[in-house]
Amino acid sequence: MQGHRTKDFWAGAIYLVLGLATVILARDLTLGSAARMGPGYFPTVLGGLLAIIGLVSLLRGLLRPGELVERIHMKPMILVIGATLFFAIALDFLGLAVALPAAMFITATASKRFRLAPVPLLGLVAFTIFCVLVFVRGLDVPLPMFGTLFGG
Amino acid sequence: MDILGDLLLGVQTAFSFWNLTYCLLGVFLGTAIGVLPGLGPTATVAMLLPVTFGLSPETAIIMLAGIFYGAQYGGSTTAILVNLPGESSSVVTAIDGYQMARQGQAGKALATAAIGSFIAGSIATVLIAFFAPLLSSVALAFGPHEYFALMVLGLAASVVLASGSLLHAVGMILFGLILGLIGTDVQTGAMRFTFGSFELADGISFVVVAMGVFGLGEILSNLENESDRTTVLTKVTGLMPTRADLRAMLAPVGRGTALGSVLGILPGGGAMLSSFASYALEKKVSKNPQQFGKGALAGVAGPEAANNAGAQTSFIPMLTLGIPSNPVMALMIGALIMQGIQPGPSVVQDQPVLFWGLIVSMWIGNLMLLVLNLPLIGIWVKMISIPYGYLFPCIVAFCLIGVFSLANSTFDIWLMGLFGVAGYILRKLDCEPAPLLLGFVLGPMLEEHLRRAMLVSRGDVTSFVTSPISAVLLLVAAALIASVLAPAIRSKREEAFQDED
Repeated sequence: MQGHRTKDFWAGAIYLVLGLATVILARDLTLGSAARMGPGYFPTVLGGLLAIIGLVSLLRGLLRPGELVERIHMKPMILVIGATLFFAIALDFLGLAVALPAAMFITATASKRFRLAPVPLLGLVAFTIFCVLVFVRGLDVPLPMFGTLFGG
Repeated sequence: MDILGDLLLGVQTAFSFWNLTYCLLGVFLGTAIGVLPGLGPTATVAMLLPVTFGLSPETAIIMLAGIFYGAQYGGSTTAILVNLPGESSSVVTAIDGYQMARQGQAGKALATAAIGSFIAGSIATVLIAFFAPLLSSVALAFGPHEYFALMVLGLAASVVLASGSLLHAVGMILFGLILGLIGTDVQTGAMRFTFGSFELADGISFVVVAMGVFGLGEILSNLENESDRTTVLTKVTGLMPTRADLRAMLAPVGRGTALGSVLGILPGGGAMLSSFASYALEKKVSKNPQQFGKGALAGVAGPEAANNAGAQTSFIPMLTLGIPSNPVMALMIGALIMQGIQPGPSVVQDQPVLFWGLIVSMWIGNLMLLVLNLPLIGIWVKMISIPYGYLFPCIVAFCLIGVFSLANSTFDIWLMGLFGVAGYILRKLDCEPAPLLLGFVLGPMLEEHLRRAMLVSRGDVTSFVTSPISAVLLLVAAALIASVLAPAIRSKREEAFQDED
């Protein structure tokens, strides 16, 4: 899939899908008239324009030689985004004091230079304490410090 | 207009203990993120926005502004010492600055950058104090037609000045505009694109978009090319410039300031374009252009002055018209709205404490930066050697906590993850994310003014042309777009952006 088509092609395809989706979704909304625009008027216009831009870009990608899409690195993406989603799921259960360092640890493994060593681990503990003190204690962000697992 | 009284109010505000503290905090953080490559002002301002909710509006803006212009100072340090731009606007500083450092003139290069930035910042601050009230008094007479036309002009300018493909810049703006419409329609109460989700009823917070696209998306891009950073030297000497050096930098700094001040006001221009334009100009007017690329003092002084001047004057359209000229200004507008202040021409009159306090704080901030960046340069030199592997998990952590604290819900974290993936993929496709954020912030305003304008003129589209101000604004917008499509200028534009890659 990747590498066969140019950047123009894929960007165009994304615009086209998003533009058409906007127009289709906006059909449920009242269109109104130019003088009295309903909630559907502006989105329909924007979606239509985006679809046109997408079509032009897509055709340009097909007809003209252009830069190919570079490889999309899946591993860092899965690890970093996975860590954010893990945090979202685990926050209530584990609490900030456990979920945060865990999410940071998962994130850190995305680096090519990741090595387990005592100093960064100590830094992780210190950073977690810092965040708990500043955000939960200092700024009163209603983050659970310890989750339901620990009876928090 | 009693400018002395206003300035006095500004001095009183800016010199209050807490405002001084937060100003220092802002410029300190700004320098830090400027020094660290891979962490930009957009992501940082987005991360810290939730923290500022508890502050008074002027204190919040003073600190956030400090981060933005502080980053311009810090970026040059990394550029000079490691040949890596700490900030995108200091790309050109690396060319001659690094050469100077290799020739043992690191101190002179750093001093030139800091002093040039300080002079430019001071002049640009005065420009804001004079021109912003003037512009806002003109803008007070604007109706919905004029506002709509003004925003179209702003978007057109950001398209023209954006690097990369024109088509994609327009596409990203439209995508941003559509994203901005998600949520409850203000006029009818209809739910738009919420998919029945309760959390989306209030729309997506721009902080979520900014953190996802600029915070996480940037991390994913950076992880592809991690490199070792080794500083050329650990001890910098010769920070005091000689009288001859000062004289040599005066003219480039003056030209850089003028160029940066003008380009900073234009949407999409800002700090980066200013520094490129200034470098090109200095090379052209120089008596010995062959010196450029081999350690020319003017090649550091001009661009550094220009990027700082541009950073400062980009506040003018934000403060007087409520229109952002770059992603950081888009975040500032969001910060003001969250503080209950509607950005627009009335801010100067209705919020004198905020407006004049900010202006005076900018000058103080620049002074603080001069001290932070010259005598205390040692701290930053040490900071450059922090490996990215330690840094990005901390950025992710701040994003997580910051996004959660927006609405105290984990839903926004999911959304941020989604925008992170989108930001990474779009970057891969050469679609610049900055126009997306501008469109996102302007979307609701653009629609509201369009609807009002059409209601007033009973659906008559020609009313946009019969109102003289809106006609001129739209004409300029059309001319801007047309100019890019014209082959001659098009090739020039591509040439100008070529050095960036």
